[in-house]
Amino acid sequence: MAAELHVELVAADRSVWSGEATLVVARTTSGDIGVMPGHQPLLGVLESGPVTIRTSDGGTVVAAVHGGFISFADNKLSLLAEIAELSDEIDVQRAERAFERAKSEADASAERRADVRLRAVAAR
Amino acid sequence: MGAQLRVYKRRIRSVTATKKITKAMEMIAASRVVKAQRKVAASTPYATELTRAVTAVGTGSNTKHPLTTEAQTATRAAVLLLTSDRGLAGAFNSNAIKAAELLTARLEAEGKEVDSYIVGRRGVAHYNFRERKIAQQWTGFTDQPEYADAKTVAGPLIEAIEKDTAEGGVDELHIVYTEFVSMMTQTAIDSRLLPLSLDAVAEESSAKDEILPLYDFEPSAEDVLDALLPRYVESRIYNALLQSAASKHAATRRAMKSATDNAGDLINNLSRLANAARQAEITQEISEIVGGASALADATAGSDK
Repeated sequence: MAAELHVELVAADRSVWSGEATLVVARTTSGDIGVMPGHQPLLGVLESGPVTIRTSDGGTVVAAVHGGFISFADNKLSLLAEIAELSDEIDVQRAERAFERAKSEADASAERRADVRLRAVAAR
Repeated sequence: MGAQLRVYKRRIRSVTATKKITKAMEMIAASRVVKAQRKVAASTPYATELTRAVTAVGTGSNTKHPLTTEAQTATRAAVLLLTSDRGLAGAFNSNAIKAAELLTARLEAEGKEVDSYIVGRRGVAHYNFRERKIAQQWTGFTDQPEYADAKTVAGPLIEAIEKDTAEGGVDELHIVYTEFVSMMTQTAIDSRLLPLSLDAVAEESSAKDEILPLYDFEPSAEDVLDALLPRYVESRIYNALLQSAASKHAATRRAMKSATDNAGDLINNLSRLANAARQAEITQEISEIVGGASALADATAGSDK
């Protein structure tokens, strides 16, 4: 069995996902970072973007994360985000509508949020 | 029915109606406490992880950050007071306000100027009535606070603390809220949010004896701390808002329970009085009849017919 790391994905008001994984890819402010079991302790600032978690049973979990932190120590990885959504929870039509509306209203942050959601769905 | 009896009956009816209302409010508050408690529990993982991260950066690096270093001579402080929008919660709001006033007095005795930031209509009304200055106020979400509400509250406070003191910024940030200890106990407490004393934070995080690993910071310790501290403040304010909401509902429940009990007692007393009044009426009627009959008998006693 391949080495595993324990992942906790928590949003401000709930725990979104937790489980064992073999690889976690997230986007920090200085670029994409992939964490595998046994990585050196790490604390980083996340950019808004999709986070990909490859679970130990071979599946993939994708979540849209809006800002937050990644911290890894003792084979435990926590992803902290103010808002985090699993790609399964995202309503694609709603995200698309929000994206169009944000575009037309030139609301940059709303546009980015919707874009992150759509990318998370696309990466599923 | 006699006049007195009618008055008692009317009062019993009105107290019964009141009792129904307070009973309903008690039950609503009880269900809301549970909901609020669940929200506190749901927000705990995020808060613990964040506290861990703050401790890790604070102890694992020699970074100096304005939010963690104490000013040599603090001259201005901000006090954030959390009250509720609605009353009928016993001493809930007055306890919180009293705690805030004590804290303000203490800070002023230390020679600091105090800016008051208030959440909740009750606190705002209290300060407005006394014509005290409120730096900023928020209302309308105290029953069910969301994380976005905590963000709106935290925004101006973080801005104020980052500003220079000479330009209207503050050196310290205190928060006064009602801690939810248990269903029966809620205490108004004050605590200093900023500048952060890392020892206190470390003590608070559950794993006290754990040795934190040497972290690799991405992009750098300063940047991480820069991003982390505002989130930490927001999460603390969020937690305080949730606890305050839970406490308010618990206080309402208790206040409404005693109101219901009192109404029950009142109804008992009134029905005793009403019974006594009815009995007195009957007795009087009987004695009137008996008196009338004997008067008639007396009047006809001497007659020849």
